[in-house]
Amino acid sequence: MITIENLYFTYPNGKEILHGIDWEIEEGEFIAIMGENGGGKTTLVKHLNGLLKPTHGKVLIDGIDTKKSSVASLSRKVGLVFQNPEHQLFCETAKDEILFSLKNFGFNEKIAKKRIKKILEILNLTRYSDISPFMLSGGERKRLALASVLAWDPKYIILDEPTIGQDHDQKSKLGNFIKQLNSQGKTVIIVTHDVEFVAETKPKIVLLSRGKIIATGSCTDILTDKKILDEASLLMPQISILINMLSNLRVEQKIVDVFEAKKILEKFLR
Amino acid sequence: MRLFDGFKFTKIKTPIHLLDPRSKLVLLCVIFILSILFSNLLLFSVIFIVQIPMILLAKSFKRWIFSLRGGAFFALLIFLANFITGSTLTFSLTMMFRFLVLISSFSFFFMTTSPDDLGLALEEMHIPYALCFTFTTAVRLVPTMAIEAQTIMDAQRSRGLELDKGNLFKRIRNYMPILIPLIVLAIKRSIELAEALESRAFDVSKKRVSYIILKLRSIDYCVIIIALFFLILGFYSYFFITLPNLECNIRLAEILPWKLW
Repeated sequence: MITIENLYFTYPNGKEILHGIDWEIEEGEFIAIMGENGGGKTTLVKHLNGLLKPTHGKVLIDGIDTKKSSVASLSRKVGLVFQNPEHQLFCETAKDEILFSLKNFGFNEKIAKKRIKKILEILNLTRYSDISPFMLSGGERKRLALASVLAWDPKYIILDEPTIGQDHDQKSKLGNFIKQLNSQGKTVIIVTHDVEFVAETKPKIVLLSRGKIIATGSCTDILTDKKILDEASLLMPQISILINMLSNLRVEQKIVDVFEAKKILEKFLR
Repeated sequence: MRLFDGFKFTKIKTPIHLLDPRSKLVLLCVIFILSILFSNLLLFSVIFIVQIPMILLAKSFKRWIFSLRGGAFFALLIFLANFITGSTLTFSLTMMFRFLVLISSFSFFFMTTSPDDLGLALEEMHIPYALCFTFTTAVRLVPTMAIEAQTIMDAQRSRGLELDKGNLFKRIRNYMPILIPLIVLAIKRSIELAEALESRAFDVSKKRVSYIILKLRSIDYCVIIIALFFLILGFYSYFFITLPNLECNIRLAEILPWKLW
């Protein structure tokens, strides 16, 4: 369990980004942190593996205070995948890229080889295993960055803006993959503005605005609440906007799922 | 990373910030020439101390300390390298102070001169526009790259990289996962920048006019004249007078109770 108690964070330049965050993340949860640019989403997740330490308050990972632990030992539990894969890929081959993280965490060669093979297969990257990461396309690089984190099998997985630069097909594959990870018992946290992606994958939502959590709740509740979405500079998913526009038909308003919307609309069209 | 703060321009209104970039450039060049021309500890200490009131006037003292702190490691290295290899104490200290004087004067210059003004100043000096632009872009990109380096460091630490682990050589090697992405990104950015510039017809018109025109005020003339006066004085004394110096000709081999080599 991850516990955040009264977290305040100020950057060395004096800018306070997070103002009093209280939050508990249970094991096995699937959460999306959403909110406007500069609202503190990335700053918040950087606290979860100890890259940033709270100015006030505490962050506990399975009872361990992040202030008293190193980034390396926390990362063993909390895998953080950064937004831009170009900030981390540097090896000569994709295989080596994954091996780098495994070596850092002290895996022996035999196990490392097995894991590399498996993770490349899962993320559909096997044919690139001996190719330079710099030769891959944007989406493939993003998947490789993800693979290099998933390889050491962290208990909590955090993905910062996983959908940026992915085409529609890759996005839905990624969504399925995340759901699969979650169903295997992993705690998955995604940071995103992509309401459509969230509406499809249906995580629990935590809305962050100006360094404070302004709402938490189910995907359907939050994504159909126009007032609260406005506060965090987000739009409803398109399907909810459509249903919203049809409010004079007196249909159920809390819809984020395309299939549910289809059922409702079919009734009227018959 | 705070080292870069000591070379970053901040927009504040102080008498130093309001000086014409050309007069500050002249001042910088004079300090640079003097510190290359001489190797005199007394002179270097004087130049170093004279800078302090100017930096206080520019309200940049704290950031100046950052740049010095960043340079302290290299300064110490220079001192030790000289002293251990058998130079006198004075000589080693002189070399160290030369480095510190250069660092602090460059930090002073870049903290108080905006890259735009600097570009304008270079243009007024009839340096080709493409060159001026390259120079100002380089200056401008330093803070961006510092932020990028920090992000890369965070990303690699999240993958279990421990920067301060192992012996000296291991530690240097630990920085490879940070340097490679940083260099690759810099090259990529420069290609993108070049394409963007070309698509906006960069450097096509030969006669560029500028919206802002720099004007030297009387205070600027004062600064330039004083700087040039010291430069001439410097050259004169270099050829005709021996400047007094702090002498302390102790060598490491002499103070050690055993023989080193």
